[in-house]
Amino acid sequence: MAEDAPVDYIARTLATYRKLGYPDYRWARNEGVPPFAPLSREVSRSRLLLIASGGIYRSGQVAFHHKDDVSFREIPSDVDTGELRTSHFAYDQTAARRDPNVVFPIEPLRALVKEGALGGLCDDVLTFMGGIYSQRRLREELVPRLLENARGQAPDLALLVPV
Amino acid sequence: MGLIAHALEAEGIPTLCMSSAWSITASVNPPRATFLDFPLGHTSGRPGRPEEQLEILRDVLRAFANIETPGTIVRLPYSWGEDWRRAEPRETGDARTERSDTPVYQSEADRSAALARFGESRACRGCAAQDVPTR
Repeated sequence: MAEDAPVDYIARTLATYRKLGYPDYRWARNEGVPPFAPLSREVSRSRLLLIASGGIYRSGQVAFHHKDDVSFREIPSDVDTGELRTSHFAYDQTAARRDPNVVFPIEPLRALVKEGALGGLCDDVLTFMGGIYSQRRLREELVPRLLENARGQAPDLALLVPV
Repeated sequence: MGLIAHALEAEGIPTLCMSSAWSITASVNPPRATFLDFPLGHTSGRPGRPEEQLEILRDVLRAFANIETPGTIVRLPYSWGEDWRRAEPRETGDARTERSDTPVYQSEADRSAALARFGESRACRGCAAQDVPTR
């Protein structure tokens, strides 16, 4: 592998699962040209919806559970980052708990709005816990509810931050 | 996130997916993506580095405006600074937490705060996703 080649997490996870005797996990594979909506206005005049899957919740909200949780949370985009928490079964949350911006980049986005590079932020950020093994439940339960919320917030852009 | 990106685009909402896992992102094939070669858990930057986080997000907005070919992944010009890929221990066991449908709080104080607002049945036990309060 070349020095600067990215880690192949698919190969690595398959190897780990096989060693543990688990069946192969099949990542979603989408061939062909993905759907592509053009920008309706300049980024500097666009309202952005942030969607993050690092299991982020706000203190006082119900935390995520670790068995295919298909619920989501709404977190105001002006939230004090000191109130943000994480609950996720699969990644090392040390950095995220020290500085939530590493998986929930709200402070840089607010700074970009302030300096005029971005038009604005939708009122609420949407969060959930990724690593949902059931693609059926994701498709049938989580995605429609996220879409309904997104439609209501009428963003010009959506930024997706997985972990 | 690929599924969500595709669904939003189909509704006419342009999306961009940040990634630090090239192979997974290439497989789910989102319409627009940026790649940051940092260890997992640092999708949008390093902790306590607000200036770098700001530059990363500035590059992301630029990619949003510039990507014209669906399926493009833009590699962002940031380096972790040491070879974390090699330093990472070989995975031999399963480090993931036990999977149950009981909410897992970061702290006891969080559990108490949610319990006070929503009661035992929703804050501390498994319930259907549509019954979990979103706020």
